[in-house]
Amino acid sequence: MRNKLNTLEEFRALQTKCIAAHKAETRKVLVCCGTGCMAGGNLALYEELKKEMAAHGLPYELSLNDNTGSSSVGVKKSGCHGFCEMGPLVRIEPEGWLYTKCKVSDVKEIVEKTIIGGEFIERLGYVRDGALYKRQEDIPFYKKQTRRVLEHCGHIDAESIEEYISIGGYTALAKCLFELSGEQIIQEVSDSGLRGRGGAGFPTGKKWAQVAAHTEEPIKYIVCNGDEGDPGAFMDRSCMEGDPHKVLEGMIIAGVATGSTEGYIYVRAEYPLAVSRLTIAIQQAEELGILGDNILGSGKSFHMHINRGAGAFVCGEGSAMTASIEGHRGMPRTKPPRSVDKGLFGKPTCLNNVETFANVPDIIKKGAAWFRSLGTESSPGTKAFALTGNVMNTGLIEVPMGTTLREVVYEIGGGIKNGKKFKAVQIGGPSGGCLTEEHLDLPMDFDSLKKVGAIIGSGGLVVMDEDSCMVNMAQFFMNFICEESCGKCTPCREGTTRMKEILNRITEGNGRMSDIEELKSLAKMIQVSSLCGLGKTAPNPVLSTLLNFEDEYVEHIRDKRCRCGVCKGLAKYVITDKCIGCTKCARNCPVNAITGSVRHKHVIDTTRCIKCGTCKDNCPVGAIKEG
Amino acid sequence: MRSILQNVDLDFVNSVLDKYDRDSTRIIAIMQDVQEHYRYLPREVLEYIAKEVHMSEAKLYGVATFYGNFSLDTKGKYVLKVCRGTACHVRKSSNVLAALYEATGTSVQKPTSDDGLFSIEIVSCLGACGLSPVVMVNDTVHAAMNPDKARELIAQLREEA
Repeated sequence: MRNKLNTLEEFRALQTKCIAAHKAETRKVLVCCGTGCMAGGNLALYEELKKEMAAHGLPYELSLNDNTGSSSVGVKKSGCHGFCEMGPLVRIEPEGWLYTKCKVSDVKEIVEKTIIGGEFIERLGYVRDGALYKRQEDIPFYKKQTRRVLEHCGHIDAESIEEYISIGGYTALAKCLFELSGEQIIQEVSDSGLRGRGGAGFPTGKKWAQVAAHTEEPIKYIVCNGDEGDPGAFMDRSCMEGDPHKVLEGMIIAGVATGSTEGYIYVRAEYPLAVSRLTIAIQQAEELGILGDNILGSGKSFHMHINRGAGAFVCGEGSAMTASIEGHRGMPRTKPPRSVDKGLFGKPTCLNNVETFANVPDIIKKGAAWFRSLGTESSPGTKAFALTGNVMNTGLIEVPMGTTLREVVYEIGGGIKNGKKFKAVQIGGPSGGCLTEEHLDLPMDFDSLKKVGAIIGSGGLVVMDEDSCMVNMAQFFMNFICEESCGKCTPCREGTTRMKEILNRITEGNGRMSDIEELKSLAKMIQVSSLCGLGKTAPNPVLSTLLNFEDEYVEHIRDKRCRCGVCKGLAKYVITDKCIGCTKCARNCPVNAITGSVRHKHVIDTTRCIKCGTCKDNCPVGAIKEG
Repeated sequence: MRSILQNVDLDFVNSVLDKYDRDSTRIIAIMQDVQEHYRYLPREVLEYIAKEVHMSEAKLYGVATFYGNFSLDTKGKYVLKVCRGTACHVRKSSNVLAALYEATGTSVQKPTSDDGLFSIEIVSCLGACGLSPVVMVNDTVHAAMNPDKARELIAQLREEA
């Protein structure tokens, strides 16, 4: 249990203590405990590390209260480092070394060689193109990045408020509580040009000012949208898991600025770790009196609640989210009134995305001009992206707005996997579009992307290689939207279903040439007449693939051919004479459709074949052809 | 009160209701806790909750069926959430799904296996895209899956059960 801080002086005293304790840790071992590395077994590694340290008589946990200036080693569970492809990761400070693909069996060596001996273990280092990179910051994946929102993600213990305070946490809040007026805070945020990171890019300062303007309302709400539903996006998740206090601080500042005293964080049900880290963070902040009544004796109050989503994509839409928090079906409503006027429980509500709130503390601390030093004129600052798909280095990245796609895919992402050719990037999830080779040098910011029919969206970047079928991709997103359409308005409910049916028949080989026009006209109708953002943007993946890859649609319809062999309805698998009779295909076939004896050519029973392509993927000699 | 309620541990439901002050705006949280306990939402419990929070059964049913995470049917001991998000899709999660259906004798129409061990669910994105394709078993994420690993996973879970 922590002692409650009643004044600004007490906060400053704690901060001094935290900084001193932080400095006393001459060496730190940061075990990545983001979802990816935890799946790779890093929790077990963390426990083993503590055991091994104890066995060597090394102190690894430092209490703030007996800070006698003695040095210590800190063993910490950190948030996501972002380089998920190379996980499980362990970072060693002060050198800044990064160990990749770590296993529990490596712990003994890490303790003996690195912690005691100060020696780098080459075996665990990152190697690219024959070169060994010891320091995390030197690795090409990190070098091109500028981490602001994710600055401390992976570098601090995500479950310790003291650690957050030691790196300057909550000083922005203190400034807002004691030095700035609400108008001054909003002015600073407006001057910074920060735009909503949830996708639409609405100016944050403007939104806050609209909520603050409702001076007649005693009750207003701050809502944090952590319902990161876009498939292929996990920036907000990493932020909530790796640096939860930063999100809380941004929300409390928004509360102080707009005169709201209640905050809600709506987190996806699929993110149990984010929920648990935020719960810990809220509890710690409440203990210290940073959340609750009369924060640090300032006379201002703020209370925080967590709502877990229950599996509905549409709840990422503002009015659907507030309906869900109120305990209703998460359906959007017509606007106006907008949520800044009548939002949660019918009160003025400031609803921002996780990343937006996480940008706020630094803007207050370092100023609007600092924030504008990166990014473009109309889209200042940085943006976090989830880089996934057929790219060498998948993971979480943060780059200045306006960085080109080429830099992201080739320099940070390390190019396409398995030496394949780049085909497209799907950006912005089911509301977004695809960018092709001709867009590689396009700066990625809100306005440039809008011009080519794509959006930044929440920031999912799924890289596709030459083997990815674009018709299949469009079908995939349309299936998703049909599942997730709440059904309230007809254009979205019926229109997307019709589009899905058309795409289904095209990929099954029953398409008609008139289908292309039909898709376009349905898309237009859905865009203009849907009730909410989900419907209005639902046709984007189809329109964008039609715009860039219409020839593939034509091929599917006219030639009944999928050049990538992805559309199973069009594929036929045949085993050629190259077959060496290794039986691997037969063993891997999920429906036992392949027969043949050892060292003899195998045969596929086409009546049983489900055209999954597993045989082709597994064949060691490339004997299986689609024809 | 109807007799079916005899089969239900009302103490637990009451403790959940008390935790959320029988507040109808927190009905989603109430149902989440209840589902965690029973692994699904038993009909008689829903009827009881509706009465206690002063909400019509129809409205409560509407909320329960709107959200994908709520289930009105019993689920298997192991709930396998197969991610069909974009990143997993690009890395062939459909083959993993097919292998899991085959290994457990389940299908889209019949997601829970006859032995009550497995429920296969399709989820849109687990947010672990860097590790695609992924399958989440209860709360553990299994990374970089393929049909072979999927079959091994089922065999291993069968042994554990």
